[in-house]
Amino acid sequence: MEAVLKIPAHARPRRSRLVPGLLIAAALGFLLLFLVLPLAAVFVEALRKGLGTYVAAVVHPEAIAAIKLTLLVAAIAVPLNTVFGVAAAWAMTRFDFRGKALLGALIDLPFSVSPVVSGLIYVLLFGAQGWFGPWLQAHDIKLIFAVPGLVLATVFVTLPFVARELIPLMQSQGSDEEEAARVLGASGWQIFFRVTLPNIRWALLYGVLLCNARAMGEFGAVSVVSGHIRGLTNTLPLHVEILYNDYNYAGAFAVASLLAFLALLTLGLKTFLEWRYGAELAARAPRGH
Amino acid sequence: MTIAITHLARRFADFRALDDVSLSIAPGEFIALLGPSGSGKTTLLRILAGLDFPDSGELTQDGRDLLRVGARDRGVGLVFQHYALFRHMTVFENVAFGLRVRPRARRPSKAEIADRVDKLLKRVQLEGMAGRYPSQLSGGQRQRVALARALATEPDLLLLDEPFGALDAQVRVTLRRWLRHLHEEMNLTTVFVTHDQEEALELADRVVVMSQGRIEQVGTPDEIYQQPATPFVFEFIGKSNKLPVRIQNGRLHAGDQRFDADGLDGIADGSGVAYVRPEHLALTPTPLESGWRATLRHIYLSGSVAHVELDVPALGQTLEVELGGEESQRRSLQSGMSITVQPRHLTVFPLAGNSGEPDITRRRVVHPRYGQAALARWR
Repeated sequence: MEAVLKIPAHARPRRSRLVPGLLIAAALGFLLLFLVLPLAAVFVEALRKGLGTYVAAVVHPEAIAAIKLTLLVAAIAVPLNTVFGVAAAWAMTRFDFRGKALLGALIDLPFSVSPVVSGLIYVLLFGAQGWFGPWLQAHDIKLIFAVPGLVLATVFVTLPFVARELIPLMQSQGSDEEEAARVLGASGWQIFFRVTLPNIRWALLYGVLLCNARAMGEFGAVSVVSGHIRGLTNTLPLHVEILYNDYNYAGAFAVASLLAFLALLTLGLKTFLEWRYGAELAARAPRGH
Repeated sequence: MTIAITHLARRFADFRALDDVSLSIAPGEFIALLGPSGSGKTTLLRILAGLDFPDSGELTQDGRDLLRVGARDRGVGLVFQHYALFRHMTVFENVAFGLRVRPRARRPSKAEIADRVDKLLKRVQLEGMAGRYPSQLSGGQRQRVALARALATEPDLLLLDEPFGALDAQVRVTLRRWLRHLHEEMNLTTVFVTHDQEEALELADRVVVMSQGRIEQVGTPDEIYQQPATPFVFEFIGKSNKLPVRIQNGRLHAGDQRFDADGLDGIADGSGVAYVRPEHLALTPTPLESGWRATLRHIYLSGSVAHVELDVPALGQTLEVELGGEESQRRSLQSGMSITVQPRHLTVFPLAGNSGEPDITRRRVVHPRYGQAALARWR
């Protein structure tokens, strides 16, 4: 979006270069101090005791289990929230109904609630002493301190990402194209797959990426429902904490570097998409009104 | 394929978008829905398209109840105000869309679709543009793609929402002519919405003037302009002067003038409003018995027409007059000069006794009677 709003250099009013220079330096300095330095420290610490220790920490069975679990949780939570996000954005932007404002507020709820509280909610509901605990135990279903609990907590925390990415875009695009498709005889699914989806694909991918990044990195909510059973219910962020508490700093940083790498990968993809998606918007958005 | 609209009503919360609208559309007719924004014309169009449904009333096509048929199956072509082209599809894909989404049994073969799209693109003069995206087209070209897309499914009824609204003036005029030709060629029943009276009067066989969810008048462009049925139509279409008048003993009083007049039979004494078109006022510099004395305040030529603004003290208002440009030059009209002005005919609406509103059921066209000597000789 920013690319569209940029004013060509020759059209900008002339101004002293000192102020922008200072502001840029301040912003860069801040970023360097609080973002780049810690991130670099992760990699430096991870490799401090040599590559051998690093590899050993990463291929440790418990680390491998944590990686698998993290991927599994993300693989369930992200598609669920993608479907929910698209459905919610569709409902919010294409229909008028009672309680629309409430739905909007509910979608934002996970953003405003502390992740730890979200985790606790599930323990209170499904834990051994929780509302549904006895019933679940009677039917031998284990949610809390097990993988389903991790998935539930992750779904809750990452729920807003896709919907919030799509709603403004779908609002600005309006429903003219969908109505045109309907008058031309398209069915609901044809409208969705041939008109709606292509129009939102980049924003959707962007939302999915953010959702995925959060799903893999979530600590608070997951920590509460996990129970920290090594090799069973430890995701990568939890594994890092355990290693750190065991004074295994090199190991902790090695595993943390995996997470950092995933984050950088997401960032790279996101930047690529922004570039791609921005170009798409600029090239294909109708001009002239 | 006659379409009958009967007593349609549609409300949005507290807003009456349509209020008891009835209209019949004959096969092959070219109809303009004309009105200011909020007059309900777009709501009516959307109901015809099946994108909106009325709260009450009926809509039938040769006796078939159209309100039971959704937009998908109604078989109408619709061109949106901002075209609503599928932005991620090429011109070809846009036009082919309506054919490609058909169920397999009714879907033409690929070759047939390509053939049909090519023909349509030729018809809308966009050969060679098939591979372009909407963003690579000008406004006028997009408009024609939207039209080709709407025609691809061979609809019985073509609907256009402000078809020229987003185009610049020149393209608009060209496209207007072209659309009129296309209509004559295809003879397809067409309804279009516009707020531009010039567009409506130029294109349509019949114009439906709407205001506040109601139909004010239906008629040919000539009828709408020459015989406006209501004060709204007078004020909305063309220019007009509005005067307060009194009717007394079959005579029309306006300002200091009392006109013996034809056409006031059966109208009881009372107040009224009169409308007179600028070209229905006659001017002469000679002081005459009948006719208001006025001062020419301003005159300007626009093309072949001279617009004259008169101060009329007896009426306490200004009057607008139009006459041929050559005429005005020959008579060397100048600002500041004294003038006598006479209405050739006026349309009078007596005020209703209870509401004080103009009563459109007692509308009269009034011709003042001037003696030979009292007649302005110009025009």
